[in-house]
Amino acid sequence: MGYAIEGSTGTWEVVVGLEVHAQVISRAKLFSGAATDFGAPPNSQVSFVDAAFPGMLPVINRECVAQAVRTGLGLNAHINFVSRFDRKNYFYADLPAGYQISQYQHPIVGEGKIEIELTDGSTREIGITRLHLEQDAGKSLHDQHPSKTYVDLNRSGVALMEIVSEPDIRSPEEAGAYVRKLRTILRYLGTCDGNMEEGSMRADVNVSVRRHGEPYRTRCEVKNVNSVRFVMQAIEAEAKRQVEVWESGGTVEQETRLFEKGTTRSMRSKEDAHDYRYFPDPDLLPLVLDEAWVAELKAKLPELPDAKKRRFMHDYGLAAYDAGVLVAEQATADYFERVAKGRDAKLAANWVMGDLFAALNRAGRTIVDSPVSAAALGGLLDLMADNTISGRIAKDVFEAMVQTGDDPVAIIEAKGLRQVTDTGAIDAAVASVLAANADKVAEYQAGREKLFGFFVGQVMKAMAGKGNPALVNDALKRKLSAA
Amino acid sequence: MSLEPATIRRIAALARLRVEDAELPVLAAELNGILGWIEQLNEVNVDGIEPLTGAAQMALKMREDVVTDGGYPDKVLANAPERAGDFYAVPKVVE
Amino acid sequence: MAGSSTAISLTDLTIAAARDGLRARHFTARELTEAHLAAIARLNPRLNAFITVTGDRALTQADAADTALSRGDFAPLTGIPLAIKDLFCTEGVRTTAGSHILSPFVPPYESTVSANLLRDGAIFVGKTNMDEFAMGSSNMTSAFGPVVNPWKRRQDADAVLVPGGSSGGSASAVSARLAMGATGTDTGGSIRQPAAFCGIVGMKPTYGRCSRWGVVAFASSLDHPGPFARTTEDCAILLGSMAGHDPKDSTSADLPVADYAAACGRGVKGMRIGVPREYRVDGMQGEIETLWQQGLAWLRDAGAEIVDISLPHTKYALPAYYIVAPAEASSNLARYDGVRFGLRENGTDLRDLYERTRAAGFGAEVRRRILIGTYVLSAGYYDAYYLRAQKVRALILRDFTDAFAQVDALVAPTAPSAAFAQGENMDDPVQMYLNDVFTGPADLAGVPAISVPAGLDANGLPLGLQVIGKPFDEATVFAVGAALERAAGFDALPQIRAGA
Ligand SMILES: [Mg+2]
Ligand SMILES: [Zn+2]
Repeated sequence: MGYAIEGSTGTWEVVVGLEVHAQVISRAKLFSGAATDFGAPPNSQVSFVDAAFPGMLPVINRECVAQAVRTGLGLNAHINFVSRFDRKNYFYADLPAGYQISQYQHPIVGEGKIEIELTDGSTREIGITRLHLEQDAGKSLHDQHPSKTYVDLNRSGVALMEIVSEPDIRSPEEAGAYVRKLRTILRYLGTCDGNMEEGSMRADVNVSVRRHGEPYRTRCEVKNVNSVRFVMQAIEAEAKRQVEVWESGGTVEQETRLFEKGTTRSMRSKEDAHDYRYFPDPDLLPLVLDEAWVAELKAKLPELPDAKKRRFMHDYGLAAYDAGVLVAEQATADYFERVAKGRDAKLAANWVMGDLFAALNRAGRTIVDSPVSAAALGGLLDLMADNTISGRIAKDVFEAMVQTGDDPVAIIEAKGLRQVTDTGAIDAAVASVLAANADKVAEYQAGREKLFGFFVGQVMKAMAGKGNPALVNDALKRKLSAA
Repeated sequence: MSLEPATIRRIAALARLRVEDAELPVLAAELNGILGWIEQLNEVNVDGIEPLTGAAQMALKMREDVVTDGGYPDKVLANAPERAGDFYAVPKVVE
Repeated sequence: MAGSSTAISLTDLTIAAARDGLRARHFTARELTEAHLAAIARLNPRLNAFITVTGDRALTQADAADTALSRGDFAPLTGIPLAIKDLFCTEGVRTTAGSHILSPFVPPYESTVSANLLRDGAIFVGKTNMDEFAMGSSNMTSAFGPVVNPWKRRQDADAVLVPGGSSGGSASAVSARLAMGATGTDTGGSIRQPAAFCGIVGMKPTYGRCSRWGVVAFASSLDHPGPFARTTEDCAILLGSMAGHDPKDSTSADLPVADYAAACGRGVKGMRIGVPREYRVDGMQGEIETLWQQGLAWLRDAGAEIVDISLPHTKYALPAYYIVAPAEASSNLARYDGVRFGLRENGTDLRDLYERTRAAGFGAEVRRRILIGTYVLSAGYYDAYYLRAQKVRALILRDFTDAFAQVDALVAPTAPSAAFAQGENMDDPVQMYLNDVFTGPADLAGVPAISVPAGLDANGLPLGLQVIGKPFDEATVFAVGAALERAAGFDALPQIRAGA
């Protein structure tokens, strides 16, 4: 059985659909030539169009359309060659025109699907209902003044893709996996940076609960949830609230709610915004896509995470879990491939997912600004393969690489870590260790064979860890049986 | 269809237009006069007719993704009835 | 040349004649501009045609024009004084849309159409009064007071007549010779009806021909900027400057602009002219029917073939218009909320601020249309009203398309009556709306149309005939309009005018 909420009267299933607002990566806004950079001074990236000055008109940005098409293709979705822009009318301090230009009746992208992976290794398909292009609103700052709200319109008019899922999600975990997977796909496509802290991805979470086998009950929309963790927490909190309402004999009212401090609460400002009076925007004409243009965009799509994962499993013999971890970020996948190319791929995967990830974690860095380049890590693997260093020494060399960013060969030469394969030197070290531990030798020869490890350790210590392990083993075995 | 005072109040609220009680009867008479006259459209057979959104019969032109505008906060704020630094200011909004 | 007698004659010149005079250095742009500014100073207190007069700016522009002229540097409108409807945003010059809510607004940008005129050397003497947000047919809804028509009834000279609307200030100013030409906008008839009422020429080009960028929006799918002048040729010269593709307006047409002035001389020989039988409506002034027949006779004499044509959905154009236009307006006017520009009335909270600002800032007609527009778009009513109106609109376009498969142009009256007096037609909004019965259909279909003064009624008031053409075939509309103008030989003058 999957996720369920245990109420006082029995078990409840959770039904979730997500509306994700993803900020489109583009230089200029959807309908104006103002810039989209994050963190600019207030109202500095605002054109008269974005501030809805009298007589201003929207002109659409081709790249924003291309980004929506790429995303639709990446979601295996139907591309609508004719779509249209509608006005969604409501008053709000940060909505300058009194309407948002959106696509209500005829979105640019229709049905698609996303495959999500769960921690138990299973996969599920979540349906995409639609993707449409729309304008972002400005930003209201409520905490700058005791009795005023300040309005910054820098974000006003930035292109958003609203990606609406089917109500196919049945647990917080699935919702989390969905958002993460969607973010991965968008990042691969380069259509949204997926940065939830900066607000470039926000989710409206539609939650309802029901008894198993029942039709859907009333849902509530939890607005503007801005992290994967909060999406999961909001679902749990809202589902529990609804179960309590139903079980205490009440009725869940369809409404808009906010997630705050672990619970959801009704949103006052949206109380009467329910009649949006959508109608086709008369300032714009139908958006008609050229088939050849769409085909060109399709041909230039990058390899997407699902395909890459399959290829990693097939070409590199990786396990599904490892392949999944490596493709979660395109930069990680690229890094891995650069390390693995022409080398032992499994070893490469272990180093990337083990030592490299741990080092990045400690340093608070990401793979894009990794102190160890893929070429350098590959070089380290080569030095192990040709017996220049042992696996043990490799760990130390890697640490030095993390600290200094230096090339492994340079580190090895500077620190004299090159592995000793000279059998004369090894024999000499073995001889002196055995001579110094005559008592242990006697015990060994009396049958305490596990002392062999002790001798190996002593020899390696004597050789400052640089003895070739296989040769040291051979020499020890020879000498101990001969003695 | 005839507009009741409650309906007028509702649409006035949607349109953010303050309407005084005293105005309602006159407004109702005028609006109902207009709507009654408009109702003659029901005589027209529109079966199978595609609605015409506008008079321009062409497809949408697209502009290139180039920053060509913005960067003039003072011009954007110059007409504001109330500003605080480079922000517009309004009475506090409670969400 | 200087002196008052010269100044009087200067204001009577056509644009075409003034242009020749300026180039030949018979007078200067400063003299021409000063003559018009003097006329404004004298007559605007009576006519209220201008909301804002920009005398200093005009003289600076005139001096620049004179410098250019002295270099032999001739643009199509160098030195020509024009008036701009206060719906066109003019950089650094207050733009009100005739509304209290925009009364403090100074745009930091210039509309494309006015910028095109400036590019071609025009001089702007001021911003003309208009019905609030272009909603009206009488100019009685302006927050800056009504505009007066310079014409007087012979029998009732005390009656103050309306200039028509919404571009009444522009029509009154051109008629009274306060400007040589003017811009207007036609959404339901707002150029052609005031042109007819004021005895001048007004041209509404095809939708998309003149950019709407920088023009305060009333109903986006219906707003057509266009020119006023005292002759078709002058209108053609102005439209030639105003028109053209504008990448800032997504509905602007990327099509070549013909030589409209040349088209005025083309004649109508061999043309097929349609007479839409549905334009023969109850309550139309008898003299208008007579004038219409006269106009057709003139065209027949000039070599055109007159063809009876049906536009079966004509009757439904106005009711459809009064759904589509208010619906778009209710959305377009949502931006007037007291936050970024214009009037603000303080309130207890933001919502109260919105409601008080908008109630105080908008006049009765604008409020009515916002309410109607909000209603027809609201949940449960969209299909019954808005969607149906758009289907009717499609039928109206089809009527025109069918008609233009048979004829080159249509000729009909511009308005069902001559100018009426202030206060008349005021008690019932629908009665006022019916003024646009002959002009509304061309706006819904987006086809070009011109109104030409063709005669006087028994009271000595001007009456206009309208020529409607195929989309983007303004040239034929000018050709037919000019043929009517030549045959009519209209030379009556308004009682209130410069030099009178
Ligand atoms: Mg939502
Ligand atoms: Zn949205």
